[in-house]
Amino acid sequence: VKKQDLLMVGVGGQGIVLASDILSEVAMAAGYDVKKTDTLGMAQRGGSVVSHVRIADKVWSPLIKEGEVDILVAFEKLEAARWSYYLGVGSAAIVNNQTTPPLSVSLGTSQYPGDKEIEDTLKRWAGRYYFVDGTRQAIELGDIRTLNMLMLGSVSSLLPIDVKTWKGCISQRLSPNILKMNMVAFDKGREEMSRAGVR
Amino acid sequence: MKKLLSGNEAFAFGAYHAGVMVAAAYPGTPSTEILESIAQFDEVYAEWSTNEKVAMELGMGAAYAGVRALVSMKQVGLNVASDPFMAASITGINGGLVVIVADDPGVFSTQNEQDTRHYAKLAKVPMLEPSDSQEAYDLMAVAFDLSEKFDTPVLVRSSTRISHSKSVVETNCKRNAVAKPAAFKHDVEKYVMLPVHVRLRRPVVEGRLVKLNAYADTFPGNQIIKGGKRLGVISSGVAYQYAREAFPKASFLKLGMTYPLPQKLLRDFASQVDRLIVIEELDPFLEDNIKAMGIEVAGKEFIPRIGELNTVIVEEAGYRTGLLAEPSRRKVSPPQGLPGRPPVLCGGCPHAGIFFVLNTIGQRSKLLDARGKSEEQGKLIITGDIGCYTLATYPPLRAMDTTACMGAGIGQALGMEKAGVEGKIVAVIGDSTFLHSGITGVVDAVYNKSGVTIIILDNGTTAMTGHQDHPGTGVSAKGKKTQKVELEKLVKGIGVEDVKVVDAFDMKAIRAAVRSSLENPELSVIIVRGTCSVRLRKRTGHRTVDIEKCDDCETCLRIGCPAIQKLDEQVYIDATLCAGDACTICEQLCPKKAIGPVTAGGGSK
Repeated sequence: VKKQDLLMVGVGGQGIVLASDILSEVAMAAGYDVKKTDTLGMAQRGGSVVSHVRIADKVWSPLIKEGEVDILVAFEKLEAARWSYYLGVGSAAIVNNQTTPPLSVSLGTSQYPGDKEIEDTLKRWAGRYYFVDGTRQAIELGDIRTLNMLMLGSVSSLLPIDVKTWKGCISQRLSPNILKMNMVAFDKGREEMSRAGVR
Repeated sequence: MKKLLSGNEAFAFGAYHAGVMVAAAYPGTPSTEILESIAQFDEVYAEWSTNEKVAMELGMGAAYAGVRALVSMKQVGLNVASDPFMAASITGINGGLVVIVADDPGVFSTQNEQDTRHYAKLAKVPMLEPSDSQEAYDLMAVAFDLSEKFDTPVLVRSSTRISHSKSVVETNCKRNAVAKPAAFKHDVEKYVMLPVHVRLRRPVVEGRLVKLNAYADTFPGNQIIKGGKRLGVISSGVAYQYAREAFPKASFLKLGMTYPLPQKLLRDFASQVDRLIVIEELDPFLEDNIKAMGIEVAGKEFIPRIGELNTVIVEEAGYRTGLLAEPSRRKVSPPQGLPGRPPVLCGGCPHAGIFFVLNTIGQRSKLLDARGKSEEQGKLIITGDIGCYTLATYPPLRAMDTTACMGAGIGQALGMEKAGVEGKIVAVIGDSTFLHSGITGVVDAVYNKSGVTIIILDNGTTAMTGHQDHPGTGVSAKGKKTQKVELEKLVKGIGVEDVKVVDAFDMKAIRAAVRSSLENPELSVIIVRGTCSVRLRKRTGHRTVDIEKCDDCETCLRIGCPAIQKLDEQVYIDATLCAGDACTICEQLCPKKAIGPVTAGGGSK
């Protein structure tokens, strides 16, 4: 089986750790060896968050090598640009169409990259890339916190694991009262990808 | 049964299945989840101790009484707990005592990068190191057995990458039947460390080390993995995983026990390969000890001493030593010029208001300084401490001058004052940190007639490590209601007369309290109280900026709130990050009254 190295990146508070947890559980349920690790700094919110998920027959290091990521899942555009150099040959990137300026941008000491710069960076490293309207869709669903399940839905379109396994693992991790909304988000994520031409 | 577990969860499961009865810890990244996980088992007594020293003493007491005890902490926690830890080594135990210490190579969340392995040598106790979650699980049973067999505490060293990585674990799902109920057997020569008894125990400890040395050669977690003859790699912990990936053809000596070292096994391994290299994170601990045996080995001349390792770093060492052929793959490097995204205080953080006031009253930054352009000295000296609030060091708040270790800020403030530094000195400390090791500083301040101002930031939780309870919350590690230690009564009881409590989101009250304390030449304490915004369940009335009224003065940006953003010359508030009615600091500070709740029709964006 071909290995799959996934890097999930974004801003603290976007639910990336839970998303990568579930992704790992899905991979385990599908019979793969899996390791995942998060690199979080201090504090709870607002900093750059990176989650490495490695799926293969046998995984050694929990950290993915630069230039070997198969799928980059970026919850925010600047973070997509920051981590795209991790992408390998023939890789894919899924990018949530969301701009969250860091404090230094708001304070005027640095500049948020323009859309063209971000796209050029993705073009340079990614085999193919997809923008999804995750934040807007999650807010429309009634809770921004469904964003992570929406992004997982998008990822599921690129992995050879059946939807039943995904939904089974999600049901085990989320409490029943928020499950329905999150399942809708998951399906929305898949729809976003099929709209972008992924089947 | 197969489970996907983090190293910390695996430690907890392993200890539970090994029959642990008592577990104690103080939260500290990356070790926190060990106690959180074990607290879920009804049969185990688990507590958040006031600090690591108390946790260690609790573990000693339980072990003295014959039951298995687990104490867990981050590496600097062992500095706090080192006194009882050293004592536990010399008295020995009775029931097993396992101490898990998690290092932080790469310094993700610590004030230093110390290598815990030196403590094993210092205390003359065995040390085990897992390289993934399965081993973290398996080593727990081994560690307790070892502890009881050799009458010694056992140190288990984890690291951020072990504790915070998840991997597949096969668990046996059965708890080792605990036969012995707690019972303490009087033995003053063993447990009362009067000098005369210490002299009796010293040869016991040295004899134990000799026996452990012999045992190390038979330890099942020390394994030779046969590969090519050209290169032999000695490694342990997560470094082993990187080494395995980087050198697929080499032979390996994987050490699960890194102190004392298996001398015979090492010599055997050395004789089987042409070239020997040690791959280890941080200090050359294995390397120095192996060299001391007279075995020729390379290590830190190729592998960095500083920071976390990874496969790429290990591969590069392979290229430099000529042990790996450099592949012709495309050059990869991070993009330049992108703005960084360091951690910040959260939207609605109860620390933001007080630091805004300290910044402005202390004239620490005029508007320009908020952009980090001025190096002008502020009027206030603010000694700081360990917690989320350490982030107030950064622009725009820039309201912290020192951070060393838990509780240090108060003592440092006293030192500056007694040294004769002019003006009022302010010490800032969080509630959990204060209870951990700030109290003795206040006692010192009262006793030695200090005139500093101590500000306790009471957000009702240990926030930075993920919201653990502490003696000031009135809730136990098991989530049960318990007696609450009242901070204001505590400081008054110590003898502080000027004690004020203010609402963390009432800017006028904060300003008045700080001014009055600064004018008072006597010792004063201000408790700034407000709920951590991450714990808010319902968020209502998020704020918005009326761009008609906004004159772009940027006062709101100086709070450092991540919800208040500016892009393309327009200030706006991100509704998903704003704490709304629970905070309103920006609304109180806006000179043009341009900020208000979104429902009041004030918003246009």
